[in-house]
Amino acid sequence: MVLLENKPILVIGAGISGITSAVEIAEVGREVILIEKEPWLGGNVVKMNNYFPKLCPPACGLEINFRRIRQNSRITTYTATEAIALSGSKGHFTVTLRQAPQLVKNNCTACGKCVDVCPVERPDDFNYGFTNSKAIYLPHDMAFPMKYSIDDNYCTKSECAKCVNVCEYNAIDLQATEKQFNVEVESVIVATGWKNYDAGRIENLNYNNFDNVISNIEFERLIAPGGVGEGQLVRPSDRKIPKEIVFVQCAGSRDENHLPYCSAVCCSASLKHALTIQQKYPDSKIRIFYIDLRVTGRNEDFLNKVQDNKNIELIKGKVAKIEEVKETKNLVVEAEDILAGKKVRMEAELVVLATGIVPNIPLFNTERNEEGFLSADQGNGIISVACCKKPMDVSSSVKDATAAALKAIQSKN
Amino acid sequence: MEKKTGIYICSGCGIGKSLKLEKLKQIAVQPSVKICRLHGSLCSVDGFEQIKNDIDTEKLDNIVIAACSPREKTDIFSFPDHILMERLNLREHVVWGLEAEDDDRQMAAEDYLRIALAKLKNITNPVPYISDNISNTIVVVGGGITGITAALEGAKAGYPVHLVEKEDSLGGWSASLHKQMPSAPPYNELIEPVIHAKLAEALANPDITIHKSTRIESIAGQPGNFEVVLQNGQSEKIEAGAIVAAMGWKPYDANKLSHLGYGKSDKVLTNIEFEEKVKSQSDLPQNILFIQCAGSRDKNHLPYCSTYCCGTSLKQARYIREKSPDSSVFIIYKDIRTPGMYEGFYKEVQADDQVFFTKGEVTAVEDIENKVKVSVKDTLLGDDIILTVDMVVLATGMTPAGTTDLNLKYRLGKGLPELKYDFSDSHFICFPYESRRTGIYAAGTVRAPMDIASCMEDASGAMLKAIQCIEFMKRGEAVHPRSGDKSYPDLYMDRCTDCKRCTEECPFGMYDETEKGTPLPNFNRCRRCGICMGSCPERVINFADYSINSVSAMIKAVVIPDEFEEKPRVLAFVCENDAYPAFDMAARRGLKWSPYVRIIPVRCLGSINKVWISDALSCGYDGILQIGCKPGDNYQCHFIHGSELTRTRGENIQETLQSMMLEPERIRTEFVEITDYRKIPEIISEYMEEIELIGPNPFKGM
Repeated sequence: MVLLENKPILVIGAGISGITSAVEIAEVGREVILIEKEPWLGGNVVKMNNYFPKLCPPACGLEINFRRIRQNSRITTYTATEAIALSGSKGHFTVTLRQAPQLVKNNCTACGKCVDVCPVERPDDFNYGFTNSKAIYLPHDMAFPMKYSIDDNYCTKSECAKCVNVCEYNAIDLQATEKQFNVEVESVIVATGWKNYDAGRIENLNYNNFDNVISNIEFERLIAPGGVGEGQLVRPSDRKIPKEIVFVQCAGSRDENHLPYCSAVCCSASLKHALTIQQKYPDSKIRIFYIDLRVTGRNEDFLNKVQDNKNIELIKGKVAKIEEVKETKNLVVEAEDILAGKKVRMEAELVVLATGIVPNIPLFNTERNEEGFLSADQGNGIISVACCKKPMDVSSSVKDATAAALKAIQSKN
Repeated sequence: MEKKTGIYICSGCGIGKSLKLEKLKQIAVQPSVKICRLHGSLCSVDGFEQIKNDIDTEKLDNIVIAACSPREKTDIFSFPDHILMERLNLREHVVWGLEAEDDDRQMAAEDYLRIALAKLKNITNPVPYISDNISNTIVVVGGGITGITAALEGAKAGYPVHLVEKEDSLGGWSASLHKQMPSAPPYNELIEPVIHAKLAEALANPDITIHKSTRIESIAGQPGNFEVVLQNGQSEKIEAGAIVAAMGWKPYDANKLSHLGYGKSDKVLTNIEFEEKVKSQSDLPQNILFIQCAGSRDKNHLPYCSTYCCGTSLKQARYIREKSPDSSVFIIYKDIRTPGMYEGFYKEVQADDQVFFTKGEVTAVEDIENKVKVSVKDTLLGDDIILTVDMVVLATGMTPAGTTDLNLKYRLGKGLPELKYDFSDSHFICFPYESRRTGIYAAGTVRAPMDIASCMEDASGAMLKAIQCIEFMKRGEAVHPRSGDKSYPDLYMDRCTDCKRCTEECPFGMYDETEKGTPLPNFNRCRRCGICMGSCPERVINFADYSINSVSAMIKAVVIPDEFEEKPRVLAFVCENDAYPAFDMAARRGLKWSPYVRIIPVRCLGSINKVWISDALSCGYDGILQIGCKPGDNYQCHFIHGSELTRTRGENIQETLQSMMLEPERIRTEFVEITDYRKIPEIISEYMEEIELIGPNPFKGM
């Protein structure tokens, strides 16, 4: 029986997949060590405004998962921590963990006094730099653990130390140093997840040159309740609400010069964005340029909803180039409309590039396939899961993470 | 035995500056209160040690932590199991959240302490229900790729599996395949169907018992103690802890596709018939055309995408091309859906210049002599084209086989509840295995259309949940979403009138019933939402730590000012799952709400009992707000229709109001998402205005 084993299972990465694997294993009754490189749990999904097809907030499921973690003493969590080396084999892994300096200690009560006195601002990476936060900051509304962080690159440390003086709980230690320690584990789940493809590399789309050409994940922060527009969609250049919006599908995906594979989620994501905009601003006009609309299974209903919406136009064709109108910072999109057999040009206030999924790779040596993803089978006892293995959506990731939980607790082979 | 209570009030995070804590302490006058301490920072090591010492030396059995939200610092405020703890949310819900004249805020803090003490007085520490003889055995229903994988993975984790297959052979559809599509690089070669190796492994595994040509006569009982009766000429009874339902799929009935020539021309085959033909080494003609989405993505047939058919046609195109270099293949499609890594195989097939892809819609399929003529409205070129080929293959879709073969002896039906298009899915993106029949987990194509690789992942996922359920039962704990909850409904049957409300309203089929309608609880099926408690007009159903009496006492603990003070009181029942965190987030963001509101968290809006409403109104609250998760098609309530019940029960509650001669507006229900924190102050201030218009509750001070 599973309960006879004593060593914990290590889960690397606490996005939706890692969290799922960790709680599923712990709820079977096994010990789990969950590590996350950010100072908070939730990975990419916590930055999302909503999920397709229900258009519901990710925070809802995360709250349940965080509650599962809170009430389960079998899960030990280390944030701001990465696994840097791994040795041994199934049943007997030794993994070296490195935790970034804990400038804000766990006894932080998140009272917020430090923020008032901090004189330094930094671009808020949670909002992809569209907004600033202080150098000491609460990462976001759903931060778990609920504590402040200090951005090492901006904090002037002992020169200032105002936060140290104002903190009533002695929760700030600007001299804190990095820690390294080993853990002995039975098996390892790698759930390092994904980042989006760097759209700047797709030169004709001018992502790096024009303010109002953004990526799909940036879109999420521009419209999210705790995001740049505080629940309103705003465009980067002037923080106005754009009403004419173009989506460019397969921005880098299905392209030999960029990502040869299909990123599997971007079609549904753009449809979701289009419907979300329409819900908020019924007078908006949205155009989506695509190669194939890959919305599988029952999400077809979701596609139908988009097709039935008169203000969303689906155009089969590739976008050839994007230019900027200097005065307005609007964009002119030139594309082919394959079904109509002609070239089209249109002005848009915001262009969203449906950039694809690139795997995050652990710091220790792993086996990878030609496309750069982790091989599904990393050998006995190391299980790669979800988006570091192949592109997939949230529901599929959770399914895969649950499946990985079973593999991790199998003592027989 | 008299309870010994300790009260710990934190003055940190500005609490001490905003409230008169010495005055707050004076509320704690009950004889049960042994200790009432103020502390500058309860979550510090010193604070924790103080509480821990008191627990040991004063033999406290329940404590109030009046500090931050119960969602915070849970790692610190963790005490031995026998300690009942109530977290009073002074920081977020009083100090940060209330727009306040100091007096009103102080009154709120005092009321919340009264509420906490009333709760502790009226609850006990849950003693888990652990049923006898919990079985480690898992029954897997269906011997296709999903069932076989589930059985193997479960057995490898050390749990015995009984695999039940109604046919006399194993492997299901996947065993009838000639080859399988590659899903990893390089994509240039088709692979052997994985089912054969899996089958051999399963047959050799001593922990897997296989029952072929067997159907399930009935499944009774509950997780941990299912009684599964098998039938194959004779009955056999198996004790099982959990069940994986992997009934698989049926091809869409091609007879309904006569507009695509099926049944009219013997040269029109389904993809399944074509696969058989290839497998049996029959000759293939030279020119073959595939019609994608034959019956799928079609409002007259299957409105959804069957997911596997694009890949299958690409694979079958490869069969044809490998067999004869002179052959040609035409694929008429709407979209080629090869998501993720399948793109690699699509590109391999595309690179073959004798495979022609045309986006278009087939308008007619007719026999002419030895050929088939296919008319296509070619949406790519705008022209209509006609292709004359030797054979047409319809890429027919997938329909779920359904789960009624489980023959559950549940009053809610023989199978799992089906969502849209008859798939037994969970409805939750974050929780694909959130089953409405605890302990029974759907996997594979019965849950959603999917391909083989996906079925195998799904099989493992569902098996994990089955194993986990058994382990939960051994600990006497609830499964997701209230995982770890040790409380369970306690029924005082002497008062039961067999009205059947609990049996009808439980979303999980927890109750069986006698012919008379008396509820027969199966506690291991229970998800602890409290909907049955909310449904019962006779107050029969209670949990040790959440009961009709405890919440009534909490309601009554609030001091209601008389009407001349012009300080209304509104009771807010707030769902713990989404609405409560939304209040916390609103407070953290500096948003404020009326200090006249008193929040009582509930497990689900469905757990609110009418008695609480009448108690509140008769003690003089001016209004009642119920704030919970969104109902409707895209419901977010994890107890399915818990929040919806506020609508169906609304009439009943309006009767209560009428009988008390009160205005219907005194009760309002609001649905919010967890991220709707900005709406919280709006909802409350709007409601306060309404209450002001209606005027004070005439029962005040009576």
